[in-house]
Amino acid sequence: MRKVAVAGVGLVKVSEHWGKPIGTLFADAALQAMKDAGTDDVDGLYVSNMSGALMQEQLNMGALMADAIAKQGLHAVRVEAGSASGGVAFHEAVKAVASGYSDCVLVAGVEKMSDVLPEVVTKSLAMEEEQEYSAYTGVTKPGLSAMLYRLYLGLYAEPSEVGMMAVQSHDNAVGCRHAQYPFRMSIERAMDSPMEADPIHMMECAGVGDGAAAIVLVPADTDGVEVAATTVATDYCSLPMREDPLTLGAVRKAAEKAFKLAAVKPGDVDLVEVQDDFTINGVLSLESLGLVERGKAAKFVAEGGAARDGELPTNTFGGLKARGNPLGATGVYQVAEVALQLRGAAGDHQVEDAKIGLAQNMGGLGSTCAVTILRRLGR
Amino acid sequence: MSVPRYWREEVPRYRLLGKVCAGCGAKFFPARPVCTECGSTEFKDHKLAEVGEVVTWTVVRNPPPGFEKYKPYVVALIELEDGMRLLSQVVDVDPEEVQKGMRVEAVFRRVKEDGKAGIIQYGYKFRPVVE
Amino acid sequence: MKTARQVGIVGYGAYVPIYRLEASEVNRVWGGDGAPVEEKSVVAPDEDTVTISVEAAKQAVRRSGIDPSEIGAVYVGTESKPYAVKPSGTIVAEAIGATPNVSTADIEFACKAGTEAMQNCIGLVGSGMQRYAMAIGADTAQGRPADALEYTAACGGAAFIFADRSADTVAYLEASYSYVTDTPDFWRRSKEMYPRHGSRFTGAPAYFKHIQGAAKGLLEETGYKPEDFNWAVFHQPNTKFPIRVGRGLGFTMDQINPGLVAPKIGNTYAGSTPIGLAATLDIAEPGDKIFAVSYGSGSGSDAFIFTVQEAITEKRGGPKLVSFIDRKKYVDYATYLRFRGQIIQ
Repeated sequence: MRKVAVAGVGLVKVSEHWGKPIGTLFADAALQAMKDAGTDDVDGLYVSNMSGALMQEQLNMGALMADAIAKQGLHAVRVEAGSASGGVAFHEAVKAVASGYSDCVLVAGVEKMSDVLPEVVTKSLAMEEEQEYSAYTGVTKPGLSAMLYRLYLGLYAEPSEVGMMAVQSHDNAVGCRHAQYPFRMSIERAMDSPMEADPIHMMECAGVGDGAAAIVLVPADTDGVEVAATTVATDYCSLPMREDPLTLGAVRKAAEKAFKLAAVKPGDVDLVEVQDDFTINGVLSLESLGLVERGKAAKFVAEGGAARDGELPTNTFGGLKARGNPLGATGVYQVAEVALQLRGAAGDHQVEDAKIGLAQNMGGLGSTCAVTILRRLGR
Repeated sequence: MSVPRYWREEVPRYRLLGKVCAGCGAKFFPARPVCTECGSTEFKDHKLAEVGEVVTWTVVRNPPPGFEKYKPYVVALIELEDGMRLLSQVVDVDPEEVQKGMRVEAVFRRVKEDGKAGIIQYGYKFRPVVE
Repeated sequence: MKTARQVGIVGYGAYVPIYRLEASEVNRVWGGDGAPVEEKSVVAPDEDTVTISVEAAKQAVRRSGIDPSEIGAVYVGTESKPYAVKPSGTIVAEAIGATPNVSTADIEFACKAGTEAMQNCIGLVGSGMQRYAMAIGADTAQGRPADALEYTAACGGAAFIFADRSADTVAYLEASYSYVTDTPDFWRRSKEMYPRHGSRFTGAPAYFKHIQGAAKGLLEETGYKPEDFNWAVFHQPNTKFPIRVGRGLGFTMDQINPGLVAPKIGNTYAGSTPIGLAATLDIAEPGDKIFAVSYGSGSGSDAFIFTVQEAITEKRGGPKLVSFIDRKKYVDYATYLRFRGQIIQ
């Protein structure tokens, strides 16, 4: 297998793009990434999209998106793994280049959520869960995370500490051009917001937005940003089956394998992008990734450990909460943001001397997890 | 929901009927094709306990389509007296009354309906134990 | 009417949903000052005649100690079927584990549907066609807003499993009697949301005439007098009627009181007499005799005489009806409308 490098990235601002159809949104990110890479000679396309079948009634998204960027004839496929679609698509794209099957691959995530009403978004998120015995109870995606949140509160932290995950993400988003909500939010505002699924407040949840992010992958050279590891792991799809609900098994497995493949230790990681679609998910992710000790992540975040100049800079462009969470595109945003950091191209968001970065993208209640470790080459 | 999908799960949902692995005795709810403990694909029926306690819970305030008329409602992770765990709504209770360790028992309730003309879907929910 | 083989009740159960609407709340909204009952049970948004039936049926199965797959008939008497076409009985039978060797049907005879289901099951067992037959009376009754029925139209149900009389039966049937004429005092046309009724016409020529007809017929046929009974149950559309008809027949308040649940739960229609009977079995002692008469508009009455057996002391475990009556949450009128699905969305 050959080493793979990130040659270019393209990021569309997460927003309500009322006037833009999904293909145009996709093309904006894809063209930007190919321009950034200095080539449009791609021989493979991996489209990550979670809910197009429901929200746009659109299947066969691989061909549609290849067509949108005038690349008829291209090898193209859509990857769906719930909210982990982006991370998993990236993984598949890396394998295509690593194996030698492809030499220049475009991986692009796109999701257009503003086409549907809020209850359809709720339904779409619930579709990530097993339908007959989990979703059949009427539980929602925030509802499932809320059950973990309550367990966590009973053992380790206060809501105002868990909620700091959202505050931190907003702090980091200020000035970010591709972020949906680039403004500060106080912990009071989060804690005073209405309950979405007790004990999760509305302002502890990522919002609804349209977005597209793209990455061009090529065989690695001696310079640039290489893919040190990319892994995918899964877990029981039903919460009641999990022996220890507060350990996200897929996250742990994907992380352990990624650290091994990349030959790095958790302590080597200079920055991390985690799945903070709900504050508690971000907290539990930091712990299950092995980056913060069990039961300590909420306090770690509350005490500034996750700040851009903290011990472990986390969600440096705002994370899902403030950059935005266009579902199937989110995992690609995360990897692209890590790549920007390692290239030293993160502008005001730059983490100083970042050499190793990790992105963690999770579907369902952690039933699928993709972990990517990028490493800066040379210098 | 399609009628066959509903009909297929009627008995397990109506009667809280799970499976016990013929190979190793591991118990499951709902049924699964392969035993997670021993890999066996042979199972027998296993009736779940109908009393248990709340392990953790949430209050769903913005439900998916089909559940609107019940909002807000409580969904809990419940551990049954036989050690099995499942997710279920907890009804006949105000959300603020729910507590960790609250004893609950299975009841048979409407889960949702396919509009005014479609089928009515029933299943299990739990309520505080009536002594 | 007497059966060829002696028939008894091997298990019973009764259930009332948790929500209550007080008469004063109806008065607050509509400006009246009536109180035909103190309060009535209100169906939760996720309950209907089928779920109420299953709850009562599961209690009956548990108390009977029998294998539910041996139940050969499940008859649901109701005037509030969730489906216009599709049996409630199949859902109940599936839920309790009586399928597939079972006969089921929904029986409609206004408020008498529950005891009509009992008559059917008694016949099946008495003839030897079935070993066990379950009769359910359950309703989620409709009352037009501002109508007199709005105070009382309530929900609840009871289930009885009939079997050959044995040491396992909690009570056995001595005799029954049915009295029916065509008397249109109350009706609901198909696709109508609410029933219509003849106001005072529902009294003397309807309720009183038929209950008295069935009661007197059964007393005459068996040679019993009111004082021979420990307990008496009459259909309870409100608090007043069962008391007036019972006392008129020569029964005392002491005999009537244990089964008189309407003041606290309202009129549970097809569930009314069966629930009253269950409430009475909850307190009865071996050897007690129970006189029970239903009434269903249209009109007719079924009268029964049961004698309580030794097994009652062993086989009424678990929560009694009073636990469900006392377990309550009051709702305001708006919530009542919401639960009943009467708010247009």
